[in-house]
Amino acid sequence: MENFDIVIIGGGPAGLAAAASARENGIQRIVILERDNELGGILNQCIHNGFGLHTFKEELTGPEYAGRFIRQVKELGIEYRLNTMVMAISRKKVVTAMNQKDGLFELQAKAVILAMGCRERPRGALNIPGFRPAGIFSAGTAQRLVNMEGYLPGREVVILGSGDIGLIMARRMTLEGANVKVVAELMPYSGGLKRNIVQCLDDYGIPLKLSHTVVDIKGKERLEGVTLARVDEKGKPISGTKEFYSCDTLLLSVGLIPENELSSGMGVELNPVTSGPRVNESLETNIEGVFACGNVLHVHDLVDFVSEEAKTAGKKAAEYILGITDKSQEAVSLTAGEGVRYTVPETICVKRMEERLTVRFRVGNVYKNCYISVYFDKDRVLHRKKAVVAPGEMEEIVLTKEQLMEYPKLETINVKVEEA
Amino acid sequence: MEEKKLICINCPLGCMLTAVVEGETILSVSGNTCKRGDSYARKELTSPTRLVTSTVRVSGGDKRMVSVKTREDIPKKKVLECVRALKEVEVRAPISIGDVLVENIAGTGVDIVATKNVGERKLFDGDENGEKTERVSF
Repeated sequence: MENFDIVIIGGGPAGLAAAASARENGIQRIVILERDNELGGILNQCIHNGFGLHTFKEELTGPEYAGRFIRQVKELGIEYRLNTMVMAISRKKVVTAMNQKDGLFELQAKAVILAMGCRERPRGALNIPGFRPAGIFSAGTAQRLVNMEGYLPGREVVILGSGDIGLIMARRMTLEGANVKVVAELMPYSGGLKRNIVQCLDDYGIPLKLSHTVVDIKGKERLEGVTLARVDEKGKPISGTKEFYSCDTLLLSVGLIPENELSSGMGVELNPVTSGPRVNESLETNIEGVFACGNVLHVHDLVDFVSEEAKTAGKKAAEYILGITDKSQEAVSLTAGEGVRYTVPETICVKRMEERLTVRFRVGNVYKNCYISVYFDKDRVLHRKKAVVAPGEMEEIVLTKEQLMEYPKLETINVKVEEA
Repeated sequence: MEEKKLICINCPLGCMLTAVVEGETILSVSGNTCKRGDSYARKELTSPTRLVTSTVRVSGGDKRMVSVKTREDIPKKKVLECVRALKEVEVRAPISIGDVLVENIAGTGVDIVATKNVGERKLFDGDENGEKTERVSF
């Protein structure tokens, strides 16, 4: 069995940044295992611009952003194996994987970084009535077909869900000559970034119907049309609001789910809200030496923050291997209070934390003129005014070690939304 | 005097901007958190531009398509013409990020550059690590 210091599962933005960071922090034997035939992950099909404003202070396309990290990984001489599928990871960190060249093989790792990303929620998870004809794609599948394979999946398009991929694909399909008739969103607000609504829908006059969903699908061999209806506040269709749209293609952009079968298989504890591992300040899971970063941990809006998170995971994995991790167990728990759905991380060991720790979270609803507040037990230590917060845009706060040292008996940090 | 609302697209913050407009002149912009918001509103209301990203067919490459972009923004009204012109283009591998694939697209004076590296198609399977297999097309 081959031995490695760190085995990184996934060669997308998270895996690449984690690998480079671990190497820069002194770790030699690193391998990235990637199931696709190239590094870069989903960025390879995200040909639009808007990546890298935080990381590189310039606006890049997805492939360009990935290209920078791929070059870095290659320059650092980090080993990677393509077309390689990881089958299982044991609690003792034995990684079982296979590819066409080596067949089935096992790697013994001292630390594992989980960077598998996420996948799209499929039609089957939505309970849409009607037939199951050809012509229904997840938005990401359509994106791959158009941008990488060079096929246009259809000409008359309806999109369900206003997540970023759906919005981006509304523009992309339009530019490629398709007629995108409408984007329907179940919620009363969009799940995508505002800039995408402006640039992808408004620019091309594509209507966005909020509080609407697909209630029927017509067509036996190929999709012939869908019926939309308005929904009430419980998400139930309102009678008399049905509208038929003829179309040959329905794209679904209805959410992303972290891909954690390998994690739960090895006994990593998951948070039911994020569907990602529960982690501490070092992005370490409940299994010592197993770290997680990127969309496998929680779904991000911006790849820049994935890279930043992955850099931390790589550094912390390196410290773990070099034995410079403080082993103390005392931890403060971070809880998601009113209006906040989750926080990453969920616990903080003050001794182990860096000088500054970024806590990322999402709110559960749209709030206007509100405050993001942080309480150390009973004391409010942060009260930041926000003009608007929405579930579609990840929020963050920064906690400092200095600040936490002032509260030696602290038990709980509570993050919540307070309305004015 | 008239108020125009728009959303800044310079960064993911998406500031809600309000511009006070008198005929062709913009009197004031508010709601922005940085100076890019101010210039965005002024530009968007007088001469809107967009960076265009698309794909171009590749011959003899290890990929079928190469992703491309306009090197800088082009006038918004030229976007469709730009993408249509790209449909007629086929480029030969190898291609490196930053290579100019089309000069002066749609008469805008702006070049189309590659945003991805594409290697030449090999007669046998194997990239630099000898482990690449041809993707099965679907």
